[in-house]
Amino acid sequence: MSTATATTHNDDAHHHGPEKGLMRWVRTTNHKDIGTLYLWFSFIMLLTGGAMAMMIRLELLAPGLQYVDPQFFNSLTTMHGLIMVFGAIMPAFVGLANWQVPMMIGAPDMALPRMNNWSFWILPFAATLLISSFFVEGGAPGSGWTMYAPLSTTYAPKSMDFVIFAIHLLGFSSIMGAINIIATITNMRAPGMRLMDMPLFVWTWLITAFLLIAVMPVLAGAVTMMLTDRNFGTSFFSAAGGGDPVMFQHIFWFFGHPEVYIMILPAFGIASQIIPTFARKPLFGYASMVYATASIAILSFVVWAHHMFLVGMPIEGQLYFMYATILISVPTGIKVFNWIATMWRGSMTFEAPMLWALSFVILFTVGGFTGLMLGVVPADIQYHDTYFVVAHFHYVLVTGALWAIIAGVYYWFPKWTGRMYDEKLAKIHFWWAVISVNVLFFPQHFLGLAGMPRRYADYSIQFTDFNVLSSIGGFAFGASFILYAYILIKGIVAGKKVEENAPWESATTLEWVIPTPAPYHSFETPPTQEQIDRASQHIHTH
Amino acid sequence: MGIQMKNTKKTLSSVNIFAKRFVSSIIAISSFLFAFNAYANFGLNTSNGYNMPRGVTEMSHQIYDLHMIIFYVCVAIGIGVFGVMGYSMYKHRKSKGSKAANFHENIKVEIIWTIIPLIILIIIAIPATKVLIEREDVSKADINIKVTGSQWKWRYEYMDSDAKGISFFSNLDKRSREQLQTSIDTGVSPSYENYLVNVDNRLIVPTGVKIRFLITASDVIHSWWVPDFGVKQDAIPGFVNATWAIIPPGKEGVYRGECAELCGKDHAYMPVVVEAVSQEEFTRWVGEFHNAKKDAQKNANKEWTEKDLMTAGEQAYGSYCAACHQATGKGIEGIFPSVVDSAMVIGDKKELAMQILNGKGAMSAFRDQLDDAQIAAVMQFLRNGFNKVGDITQPSEVKAWR
Ligand SMILES: [Cu+2]
Repeated sequence: MSTATATTHNDDAHHHGPEKGLMRWVRTTNHKDIGTLYLWFSFIMLLTGGAMAMMIRLELLAPGLQYVDPQFFNSLTTMHGLIMVFGAIMPAFVGLANWQVPMMIGAPDMALPRMNNWSFWILPFAATLLISSFFVEGGAPGSGWTMYAPLSTTYAPKSMDFVIFAIHLLGFSSIMGAINIIATITNMRAPGMRLMDMPLFVWTWLITAFLLIAVMPVLAGAVTMMLTDRNFGTSFFSAAGGGDPVMFQHIFWFFGHPEVYIMILPAFGIASQIIPTFARKPLFGYASMVYATASIAILSFVVWAHHMFLVGMPIEGQLYFMYATILISVPTGIKVFNWIATMWRGSMTFEAPMLWALSFVILFTVGGFTGLMLGVVPADIQYHDTYFVVAHFHYVLVTGALWAIIAGVYYWFPKWTGRMYDEKLAKIHFWWAVISVNVLFFPQHFLGLAGMPRRYADYSIQFTDFNVLSSIGGFAFGASFILYAYILIKGIVAGKKVEENAPWESATTLEWVIPTPAPYHSFETPPTQEQIDRASQHIHTH
Repeated sequence: MGIQMKNTKKTLSSVNIFAKRFVSSIIAISSFLFAFNAYANFGLNTSNGYNMPRGVTEMSHQIYDLHMIIFYVCVAIGIGVFGVMGYSMYKHRKSKGSKAANFHENIKVEIIWTIIPLIILIIIAIPATKVLIEREDVSKADINIKVTGSQWKWRYEYMDSDAKGISFFSNLDKRSREQLQTSIDTGVSPSYENYLVNVDNRLIVPTGVKIRFLITASDVIHSWWVPDFGVKQDAIPGFVNATWAIIPPGKEGVYRGECAELCGKDHAYMPVVVEAVSQEEFTRWVGEFHNAKKDAQKNANKEWTEKDLMTAGEQAYGSYCAACHQATGKGIEGIFPSVVDSAMVIGDKKELAMQILNGKGAMSAFRDQLDDAQIAAVMQFLRNGFNKVGDITQPSEVKAWR
């Protein structure tokens, strides 16, 4: 074993380890290599989308137009949204799934390794296509990531077609990734591992994968109709030709609402792995967590029109969508209560993953509260399309989804690299980020309530104060990612070596029974029944 | 990505400009540090600057009350949930010697924390349903006003009795435009208290009657929003949405709002300003409006001098054309065509007039927005200000083509 630990990833190179050189990454079919590619890709996209956010906050530092013209501002908000959703958050979760799902179910690799390679390698091309729209005559589209017709059809620059094709590619990639995850989880579980033995991260990803397969084709359909409206004379979304611009919104949000759960369910899974580990106590209600996840997923299909309460829906529709929407807070509440009950009378320590996971619970709940408020239609009349909405979805997506991703990266970092990140720096990173992100997004609630609409390049002067505050928070939060990158690189290159299989003493799932760093092929021989039972002890011991 | 960064053809190096702008931003920051919220009685609406305005209508009051109820419900739940969590984080930590218990799954607890939220939701849903049903009742209106959003202005048309036939466009006011241009040229941020929330022509409505707003759009989707009335409704091309407001007598005043649905480049520059006046005042205004209209028609028949046409044309270009074709006339490559050296502009006069009257593609029709004199003036400015055609276009010619 001593030779194995010396050469990080190459410990079983004597039979079939990784290829040497650059081609390793191009041709790899290994779930860990692909997971790594996904994670670095998503990090680069996060920085790209983040740079756009910085430009947005810079322009909003003062009323008037100081830095960019409003058309370019709209392109920035549009591309920021698309890049963060499709380039950063979703691929990061797929990366985490690639690394973790096979290890957590005792499998050697993903079920469909070649497709896995392909689903990753589509992404850089799709991202290039997406970003290249900035350099097309007329600039990148400025119709928002929601691409409402007819602003995105008749009134959009040529580059919208680039974005449409990029979305098609991203959709292929997501669907293939989802098929792979479902195939892996259903076919590759270690013998003796039942569905209800699976860790929650695996469960949430299984449900997410079904959501992906269900809704990505819907998005593809919506953008294809846009494409033909733009180029081939159809009128799906043009009232003048007998179509309906509101239909675009219905189709888009039939994809879009499950999409927001695609970005948050795996985050629930990560929190459900980390909190029991650092509370040294089993998850309070495993079964109810699984059922809550499933109910959220099912409800996510029947609430889409709450994004469009002001399009002039019949009253019955508005009432139904209001009731269904606020109903989602029940299973979501169950999750939060479960995490807290897990902490209760535990023996907690607060290493970086736990700090991120706990602040995830708190800040995601704040986003949940505003979500409940937004679901109440009469109040939504005033909230709709204001910064209140911006604050809401950044709380659930930044301090929700992104927070869980960062928590997961710190949590699994030693298993992946065989080295420990710098705990002290990671704590500084946490406090820096958690304070600045609240300075960034909390004032946006006030802006929205006081009447500032979203997607405004410029604003009237009574909004100056909170915008300045928000921008200052934004720059500080943006800078925290420099520290984050430094911590990750320092940890990979020079972090303290980790020898034990389970550096977190009470982590029980299967990834912690194999050596650290994880061997190139996780479980060449399946885990024993005893190991499986111990891994899922939080489920069965009484 | 720098290709679209605004370049102000000035000789200043871009670094210099950036520095200047940054300094002005710093000034904004210090103004924020020193004068936190000095704007109470003017500006956008009756909000105190950090909460939803209570507004002036019965509907806006009900919305506000509902908003505060849900807010306090959330605060109460938050205190409970975060309180327990905080207590646990403090008490049940290893460093305090807490030993981990091993309990999990308790059907009783799990039923309780499913049922209680459900009850809270029902308590919220009941008043919400009541308010919503009331809002949707657009019947029995006393007056009807058609509101049409277009890039980037609002059009108001009165549909009933005496006011019937009154129709005008409402654009961002001149002072906001000037301050906007100053900020673009020099980086100095606007200081005008009604920056971006003032218009050239306000919508005038009477108090004490049920006003039905029939909301639509001519190009892309917009959203007409007056926070103080609790009115926001999407304006969708090809569809008409109805909503309503009753402004109680005694609440005469100016109410400001904005376009709330992303509608393209100048989304932030199409405010909504409504002036509520008493019934008598409204009747008087209607009379005045009809008289002024007659004067304008006389104007169209007289012979104009070249100089007057150019002056009027430059002004009209600034208000109606510059948002797309830009103050320089050069447009934005790939989106808005240039009017300088454009074959269309310097070509046949009638064809140019027809395009202005009827619109084309993404360009809207100006038939209803501009009178004959204004169109002739704009044409004069396009052909002899930006270009050197050397001719004159009289309002009477436009009248004939129309
Ligand atoms: Cu608009």
